[in-house]
Amino acid sequence: MTVTGRADAVFLAFARALRSAGVDASAERVHAFLRAVAEVGPARVYWAGRLTLCGSREDLERYDQVFAGTFGGAPGERRVASPGLRLTVRDARAGPRSRTVDGPEGPRAAALAGSAEVLRQRDIAGLDPAERAALRRLLAAFALPGQTRRTARRRPAGRGGVDPHRTVRELLRHGGEPARLRHHERTERPRRVVLLVDVSGSMAPYADALLRFAHAAARGSRTEVFTIATRLTRVTRDLSHRDPDLAMAALARAVPDWRGGTRLGELVREFLDRWGQRGLARGAVVVLLSDGWERGDPELLAAQMRRLRRLAHRVIWANPLKARPGYAPLAAGMAAALPSVDAFVEGHSLAALERLAAVVKGADDA
Amino acid sequence: MDGPEEVRARLAETGYLVDDGLATACFLALRLHRPLFCEGDAGVGKTALAAALAEALGAPLIRLQCHEGIDASQALYDWDFPRQLLHLRAAEAAGAVDAERVESELYDRRFLVVRPLLRALETWPSVLLIDEIDRADDEFEAFLLELLSEFSVTIPELGTLRAEVPPVVVLTSNRTREVHDALKRRCLYHWFEHPGFDRELAIVRRRLPGVSARLAEQVTGLVQTLRAEDLLKPPGVAETIDWAEALDALGASEVDAELALATLGSVLKYREDAERARGALPAALKDA
Repeated sequence: MTVTGRADAVFLAFARALRSAGVDASAERVHAFLRAVAEVGPARVYWAGRLTLCGSREDLERYDQVFAGTFGGAPGERRVASPGLRLTVRDARAGPRSRTVDGPEGPRAAALAGSAEVLRQRDIAGLDPAERAALRRLLAAFALPGQTRRTARRRPAGRGGVDPHRTVRELLRHGGEPARLRHHERTERPRRVVLLVDVSGSMAPYADALLRFAHAAARGSRTEVFTIATRLTRVTRDLSHRDPDLAMAALARAVPDWRGGTRLGELVREFLDRWGQRGLARGAVVVLLSDGWERGDPELLAAQMRRLRRLAHRVIWANPLKARPGYAPLAAGMAAALPSVDAFVEGHSLAALERLAAVVKGADDA
Repeated sequence: MDGPEEVRARLAETGYLVDDGLATACFLALRLHRPLFCEGDAGVGKTALAAALAEALGAPLIRLQCHEGIDASQALYDWDFPRQLLHLRAAEAAGAVDAERVESELYDRRFLVVRPLLRALETWPSVLLIDEIDRADDEFEAFLLELLSEFSVTIPELGTLRAEVPPVVVLTSNRTREVHDALKRRCLYHWFEHPGFDRELAIVRRRLPGVSARLAEQVTGLVQTLRAEDLLKPPGVAETIDWAEALDALGASEVDAELALATLGSVLKYREDAERARGALPAALKDA
């Protein structure tokens, strides 16, 4: 079946629309898409596009939206989402506000309202030289070797177990004469670090610094970053720009819920269901950057934190409020979470964040 | 095969029921010679698809199970060192003098241990299943990327071996980690959903023809209800089949609350899930 040039133009416009919706539809993918449409015919353009242009489950949701926008409505062959389907990001169910005995409302929120606006603007604004210097210090803090785990992969070494492959190869090279024994040992790898950054209203004054911290942390490989407020959003990809300003701009676009309320328990559960239990949190160092103000049921947070601790290698909680004089973890969420936390550290200043980086990398507990 | 409909019919003959999306995916994988990257929850039939494709094509299924630390000598080829040594000793005992000849004989094809990837390149037709790619590490992914784009392998001692026609490749991932984009870009991406009631019932009936119709219907209905619950690990189709099989083995032709609870372990694998289900089951049984 041939596809006319005009139809091609429609498909290319569709691919462009997908790209601007955040789906990574590269030229190679678009080429495959056009070939696929030519093979299966325009009647199956939905599937031809979905199979070739999408690369992850997160893309599918955006794909469906853009497809409906371009080709008008869902084709008959589209499947209805099953009831068991969990969406990428989910609005936390709005709970009764009366439960928030010590929520962020009250004097604190009023005092912070102004700085929250600053946050949004500064996210896209550039860094001044002093901030760049601060960022370099953070990067240096993350250059520590980090906590490692032994992997199944082996590499040649001076001592350790005998490496039969290289030994016998050597032997063959010498015409079968016994040669020197070659050894190998297991390699070590840094543990994965998972950051859950609270960007809700009560964290507004700190969110900016914490996200820059996350960006510095994500520079090394094997770091995953999520933001939590009313939704859970995976931002690892948005932070992958080397330039901190570009990364922050990408992040500002990706996160839909700046300054919303926090439902920590539900979002930690969301994280564990969708990512953590499958393997992301297994054996990892999981860091929560939050003030622990929980609008939902603290018991749920406690249960999810216990679950997280069973999966993770270490659970670290950084709370910017900890440094305040006379602070005690009385907020219901914080108190519920603490028994499952391995290290409880501060996170209010650059020095504290450097300290946190060291703790993440395996220094002694704070 | 001429179109997705034919793929669907051929797969149905093997007992694997696909929807329109998956039929299109398989058809395109065959036509465009692109690997099919299957992602989805455990037990939704990703691995079974490769087996069904192999059967439908009348081709051998060559399976590579990935694990951490897997490397080329386990996945591609290796030399049979003990046999090489034996050969060397035998040549020595026979008084061989031509050292060069002995050496070239040492790296003869017959001493090559062919592993799944090389076997798939050399077998046509064949279906290559690279199972649970997310368990392998980055090094192996990079290696695989090269192999899947060229479909050729260079063995220093033997030269380059190239697949005349690329094998049908199915990669599966349980999403324990994100597989690199460069690898995904070369593949068709298909996300496996849990099937709806009708298709799941048809699958159960197809896989377990001996089970009573009423039992199959009830079990499918119950599993569909359980999936809607907020479970740590929602059961897959594999668990539905296991459950129906377990009940059938107990001689049941119908489920009641007692039987369902007694065999709950074949569907739900977490204590928290089982407890939640205990509450939901009696009501669900009334509907089923």
